[in-house]
Amino acid sequence: MSKINFLKPDKSNLYIFLYLGSFLFFVSVLDVFLNSFFSLNLTGFLPGFLSFLLPLILGFIGLYFIRIELSGIKHLDLLNKHINTNNFNAILSLLIIFIILKSTPPILSWFFIDASFAGDSKDVCTGTGACWTYIKVWMRRFMYGMYPNGEQWRINLSFIALALLGSVGFFATERFKKYLTLYYVIIYPFIAFLFIFFFISGGPVFFDFSYGIIAAILSIIIGFFIPSKFKFYYFLIVPFALYVLLKYFIFYEELIELGKLDGLNWVETGAWGGLSLTFIISFFCLIFCFPIGMAFALGRRSGFPLIRYISVGFIEFWRGVPLITVLFMSAVMFPMFLPADFFIDKLVRCIIAISLFEAAYVAEVIRGGLQALPRGQYEAAKSLGMGYWRMHIFVILPQALKLVIPGIANTFLALVKDTPLIFVVGLLEIVGMLNLAKTNPEWLGFAMEGYVFAAIIFWIICYAMSKYSYNLEQKYKTDR
Amino acid sequence: MTVIAVVLVFGFFTYNAQVNMENRGIDFGFGFLSQESSFDVQFSLIEYDGSHSYFRAYLVGLLNTILVSVIGIVFATILGVIVGIARLSPNYLINKFAAFYVEFFRNIPLLLQIFFWYFAALRALPLPQDAEAMFGISFLTIKGWYVPAFIWQNFDIFFYSLAAAIISIIIIRVRAKKLQETQGKQTPVLLISIGLILILPLLSFLVGGVRLSFEVPVLKQLATTSFIYDGGVSLPPELIALALSLSLYTATFIAECVRAGIQGVGKGQKEAAASIGLTPNQVLKLVVMPQALRIIIPPTTNQYLNLTKNSSLAAAIAYPDLVLVFAGTALMQTGKAIEIVSITMFTYLSLSISISLFMNWYNNKIAIKEK
Repeated sequence: MSKINFLKPDKSNLYIFLYLGSFLFFVSVLDVFLNSFFSLNLTGFLPGFLSFLLPLILGFIGLYFIRIELSGIKHLDLLNKHINTNNFNAILSLLIIFIILKSTPPILSWFFIDASFAGDSKDVCTGTGACWTYIKVWMRRFMYGMYPNGEQWRINLSFIALALLGSVGFFATERFKKYLTLYYVIIYPFIAFLFIFFFISGGPVFFDFSYGIIAAILSIIIGFFIPSKFKFYYFLIVPFALYVLLKYFIFYEELIELGKLDGLNWVETGAWGGLSLTFIISFFCLIFCFPIGMAFALGRRSGFPLIRYISVGFIEFWRGVPLITVLFMSAVMFPMFLPADFFIDKLVRCIIAISLFEAAYVAEVIRGGLQALPRGQYEAAKSLGMGYWRMHIFVILPQALKLVIPGIANTFLALVKDTPLIFVVGLLEIVGMLNLAKTNPEWLGFAMEGYVFAAIIFWIICYAMSKYSYNLEQKYKTDR
Repeated sequence: MTVIAVVLVFGFFTYNAQVNMENRGIDFGFGFLSQESSFDVQFSLIEYDGSHSYFRAYLVGLLNTILVSVIGIVFATILGVIVGIARLSPNYLINKFAAFYVEFFRNIPLLLQIFFWYFAALRALPLPQDAEAMFGISFLTIKGWYVPAFIWQNFDIFFYSLAAAIISIIIIRVRAKKLQETQGKQTPVLLISIGLILILPLLSFLVGGVRLSFEVPVLKQLATTSFIYDGGVSLPPELIALALSLSLYTATFIAECVRAGIQGVGKGQKEAAASIGLTPNQVLKLVVMPQALRIIIPPTTNQYLNLTKNSSLAAAIAYPDLVLVFAGTALMQTGKAIEIVSITMFTYLSLSISISLFMNWYNNKIAIKEK
């Protein structure tokens, strides 16, 4: 055994350094652990400052001693490689271990140990922990807003049905796979709209909107049979004309009757709220912003200068302003531009505003994908005699969209996270409901619980979405 | 054909707007900007009260927006760069800690975070009379953060000396670069710069007659239970909550940009630099960072723009920014929806465009100059 130099741990005295170092490290961690979990202060006899820093110093010396390269002990090498590469890293690692140890007990006690779960009044919340009773009592309001209690099965039923219909893609057999795109792009949104229209609203809420939807779907279906030469002008004029036709001339009485389903009360959109409203808004905006964004992305690369300028202006305008001013605009400025007898529901205006806003971001993302495709793809498609739409639908867009899955997912995530902003126009989804509940005189002082609850819900939704998009990206990754 | 459609749509909207405004008895025009506003604003950087014009109210809101954006950008950049580098650390704990931070804060809506800080976290702070002093000079209370104010005498001399120091540093840097390129001589630029930037302002204190004193906030009793701090500068809790949540939220995105940028520099670059004998610091400074910055800057610019736009969420917690003061209070008082909303949007549009123009210029400057 050679002479021990404590300033330079080496391999010849491996076990002395190992035992000494791990002992010191263990003591330092134990000290912090006992201090935070059992509030025992082992080093209380030392002066305050030294007592505070002692675990750090001991742990640092311990880690310094066990930092021996190629010791031959597997776990020690692993430890050194991962948390103990040099002095700086050792101190940071120690600090993080200490922070975790220190913060666990207060968080645990606030969340679970001192928290109150039972009861249904404020009286049970006397402890220092969280008052989950508050969440329990207000749960219906956080989920459904001011929607009448007796009618909430309609929301549940619609969501369950839509979730089932949405999962059709997972069970489709090979024969039906090729119709899936058609299903998701046209049929599914239409069914979803009908559900919201009939069940959740139960009345003529979406009236002007419903004409629009019907006009759009009819014109798209007819549009398949229009020669591509006239398609552009067709889509410019026919949907609008159809809309006017529907609204003022045809089926007027019948459509009003159609909106009222027997036995269902009409619930105005002002009463909708809570998490279900978050879902409804996110869902519709997702559906609408994608095609609009795609149209503007193509428009920005169009050969017609006027279309290009309009697209660029549209995209840059929406990207340059904050969503909150857009909602302000939809609330106070937009009605000024419409005929006086023309009323559009608050919720619908919100959905339109958010969809247009997010469409600009989607457009930029898709444009990135379009630009990333090599020119050869365009030229190859054209040389096969494909027209503009054929080329884009069958060759360009499938490849471009594959490339931009992460970007689109990020935009959708941003959309979900932007939904709370609708408080500007007076709609209260979950965050708005929290703010309302917080000011209830019977339940003052539980703001923290409410925000933590909403944060957990949003976190789960967004995290799941980002993981799903990652999976999708991996699935559709093709080597080029 | 397209032109006609566009013209028709615009004509339709304009016609409706005219009819509507006639019905409501409002006339279009920007004359109201010079009228007396007669409302007060809680927190403003320039002198303002109800007797000033609407235009001044607009300026107050704009300056407050810029203030919170600049604070947010500075802190988000610092935090984002640290976290971004930490995510690449070989240290497992640091790496996971940074990843946890990013995943945690980016998946929660910003508005919720602002509400959390403002209504839940900052409400737990002590009342002014119970507040403990931080370093003996500043007080963090439920009514805001009271920090000492600087009181300058002959501030302009100090300012000129600082400007002179910066200009001479730039000249020295340019000359040093030239020297190295032509004769291969190395000059200790960093030492000289630090010396200059310390000595010149110090001289202004000693010789130029510049005086700096602090005004420490002092507790003052308004009524039996109501206390307030007098003197110093008070940062309202709205500003703190907003700046905090904006920087915490945006830092996660900047961290991801930084990580992507550093990862985007090929491994071969680092190995090649090391093989010609550069030290690790030189590798980072001369090889990795210049290349990484090119990848980092465009997305980071986008994040800065997002932060500026997100600062409009201030309206939710009554921080008097552009949206609250102008599109909120002023709109309620005048009823001029079209004018005020378009001015507000135009302002944000020009803020965004000016930031992106500046960043484009900077990006072009550091881009690879192909010969």
